[in-house]
Amino acid sequence: MIVEARGLEKSFGSTRVLKGVDLAIEQGTVMALLGPNGAGKTTTVRILSTLLRPDAGQASVAGHDIVGAPDQVRGVISLTGQNVALDDWQTGDENMVMMGRLLHLSRPEARRRATQLLEQFDLLDVAKRPVKTYSGGMRRRLDLAIGLIGRPRVLFLDEPTTGLDPASRQAMWAAIRELVASGATVLLTTQYLEEADALADRITVIDGGRVIAEGTAEALKSTLAGERAELIFADEDGFRQASRTLGGEATRTDQRRLMISVATDGSAIQVKRLLDRLADQRIDVAKIALHQPSLDDVFLALTGERVAPTALEVAR
Amino acid sequence: MSVQTISRRPVGDSLTMIGRCLRLSSRNFDALLPVLLLPVMLMALFVYVFGGAIDTGAKYVNYVVPGIILLCAGFCSATTAVSVCADMVGGIMDRFQSLPITSSAVLTGHVVASMARNLFSAALVVGTALLMGFRPTAGPLQWLAAIGVLLLFVLAMSWLAVVLGLLAKSVEAASGFTFMVLFLPYVSSAFVPTATMPPWLRAVAENQPMTPVIETVRGLLTGTPIGDSAWHAVIWFGSIAILSFTLAAWLFQRRTRR
Repeated sequence: MIVEARGLEKSFGSTRVLKGVDLAIEQGTVMALLGPNGAGKTTTVRILSTLLRPDAGQASVAGHDIVGAPDQVRGVISLTGQNVALDDWQTGDENMVMMGRLLHLSRPEARRRATQLLEQFDLLDVAKRPVKTYSGGMRRRLDLAIGLIGRPRVLFLDEPTTGLDPASRQAMWAAIRELVASGATVLLTTQYLEEADALADRITVIDGGRVIAEGTAEALKSTLAGERAELIFADEDGFRQASRTLGGEATRTDQRRLMISVATDGSAIQVKRLLDRLADQRIDVAKIALHQPSLDDVFLALTGERVAPTALEVAR
Repeated sequence: MSVQTISRRPVGDSLTMIGRCLRLSSRNFDALLPVLLLPVMLMALFVYVFGGAIDTGAKYVNYVVPGIILLCAGFCSATTAVSVCADMVGGIMDRFQSLPITSSAVLTGHVVASMARNLFSAALVVGTALLMGFRPTAGPLQWLAAIGVLLLFVLAMSWLAVVLGLLAKSVEAASGFTFMVLFLPYVSSAFVPTATMPPWLRAVAENQPMTPVIETVRGLLTGTPIGDSAWHAVIWFGSIAILSFTLAAWLFQRRTRR
């Protein structure tokens, strides 16, 4: 395990932010730390990247203890925080070279890496312009690119796509996938279930400073939430009648959308039987959709709350 | 990654940070404006607008130069406090701290850039003054001594600005903190002889740190009596520099505590 943490605890004043977080990331994989605002995601990342000292617990990155050998840890990681860490008045190129120099690359080496990364992240055209003139998406890409200049083995990305428009988000996802393909290990935090699903090999769900679930997206979905059929009715009468007929079988009803969702194994015969039962009662089903369980369902099952619905809307 | 990248290089890191801050201050128009415009505007204001009505017993332009230099330095340190604060509240400190560097090098960068801005603006004041009829009597030694005193003064003011920038919780607050620094030169011998002030104010003016610096620089450049001022200036600003540096180091550690 290239990143290992056991029992991490951290309090700020009387607020206990982390109450014992365990984490294990295998080399060359992406781990998503998923949770709502205030769950402790950023604190975990700040501890693992040596910015904060844990009150209790241990952690190591690439075999180096984060408390005992912070400089060794810093030598193999890069942190891309929630706030973009760029100088507005320097050009993209200058920002890049500066960070390379701080990592003690020689000047020609820093230049070479900068050009290479600016090209890879499609920023070569704007490399000579002050960052001030960049769009939000370009800033994020540059910020991520800068994090790569020292060829880190482990990347910490704290909410890498928060506040991006859908196109920039897609571009960011593509960039992160490329990183992983080149062998880096990534820990990313997100409150977007879709993002964790799309990028991560494994997901650690964290809420209220505790890990509440861990596993692959598939495993989480199959153990915590099943497949479901969504029935949408033509009118309110049909919706009400169907609610009575299906009774306890309905896992979720949405009166506004005239929608009832029912657990299913997804087989044609089972869906046919369901529709037949409604047809017998002369209930018109306007539309039917089969849904793979989403991580939203997982979170709902784990905490009884929907996670950041507005964020989810943005993600879509 | 090789072991080489893990060993720290405080000198190289400081040079990189100095380069950063110099680039930033040469590009940021808001920060550059006071450095370029204020010396000229303040000189014109004091010499042509107020100067005619103020009797200092000598040509006013000869009297007012040191005061304007100090006033401009006040504006320059406001910029320093703001940029230090912006670094602390922005995301860039997080990144610096995640690197295997001495992250306090970032402060060295700000102080050196601040001193460079201050000296540049002082040179502009002197240049403008010469065009307006300033006739210093100083020889090379006196010039060197005056530059030395001003260097100590801007070093102290720059570290003080760093302290204010570290204390401020927001960029706006950092900018507000520097009000006192801008105000102090007015209650000194910068623009009028202290003898014209009511006794209580005169006591304040004669015993505050700006006055000995002004008297020393004025004496060195135009031959007015210096007396104990030079020692007072060195003691005042030597102590302010040492105290501010110590306080800045402590505050920086506290702000970036793990």
